[in-house]
Amino acid sequence: MDISLSLILFDYLKRSEIMENEKNHIIPYRTFLIVLAGLIVLTLTSVAVTKIYLGTLTVFIALFIAALKSTFVLRVFMHLKFENKMFTLMVIAVTLLIGVVIFITLLDYLFR
Amino acid sequence: MSLNMEIHRDDLASKTGMWLFLFTEMILFGGLFVVYSVYRYKNADAFHLAAHELNIFFGTANTIILLISSSTIAMSITAMQKKNKTFALLLLGITIFLGLVFLANKYVEWGHHIKEHIYPGSAVLALRGQGDVLFYGLYFFMTGLHALHIIIGLVFIGFIVVFIIRGKVTSDNFVLHENSGLYWHLVDLIWIFLFPLFYLIT
Repeated sequence: MDISLSLILFDYLKRSEIMENEKNHIIPYRTFLIVLAGLIVLTLTSVAVTKIYLGTLTVFIALFIAALKSTFVLRVFMHLKFENKMFTLMVIAVTLLIGVVIFITLLDYLFR
Repeated sequence: MSLNMEIHRDDLASKTGMWLFLFTEMILFGGLFVVYSVYRYKNADAFHLAAHELNIFFGTANTIILLISSSTIAMSITAMQKKNKTFALLLLGITIFLGLVFLANKYVEWGHHIKEHIYPGSAVLALRGQGDVLFYGLYFFMTGLHALHIIIGLVFIGFIVVFIIRGKVTSDNFVLHENSGLYWHLVDLIWIFLFPLFYLIT
């Protein structure tokens, strides 16, 4: 079962490697500069929001902005948008794993 | 015989290996975020007050410095693909410089805390109670581990600069350059979460 799964994965990676070689994507400088401007604006927004008292909502807004920023970094700076979809899937899986571990741990502390 | 000799290269495998390594890094910091969430939940008030003592200006400046450095290393890969070696080297140089500025800021911040006798194991800090001890313990450990990653990233990028000068990394063989970029972006990514968790949630 394990072997067949990895064979499918390998096959998938190989096939898209051929596709990738045909494309050989070059991301223009402008894209990075636009994303950088967006990231700085989000950072400043996140700082500005903490000045307003919103109670527990502050935590969620700060984390939401952080998540938004990391999506930009992952997709554009780390090229996930232009790479093999397999990488995106793996990143989502690891993020979910960490999220689930934090969630279950907090459930334990909240309802103990 | 020698005509059949060909250096085997598998860029996709190289990049996949780098990503797998980055996942272990994400899980390492993920574990620390679990510890942070639990201690913060159990000492909400102390964390709230202690976070006020961190300098938001330094934190914000460092965030922006890291974001800019991430964009310069990303652009250096574009420069490499466009066969513009000099520009790629210049952008990598800027990245290294910004990484050093980040460390210098961190040094000033830590120095300020240590001068006020706030550091793990300090008697003054112990008097302030368990919550403060936990907050600053996590603060020093997590930002310290992050700074260590910055140092490793700077060495990695330093090697790439040498490889480009020596022609080992070229416009059609730059996977190592890309991998150093991935590492640097991961360090940036971790800071994106450390910054609000320690500086902003007050």
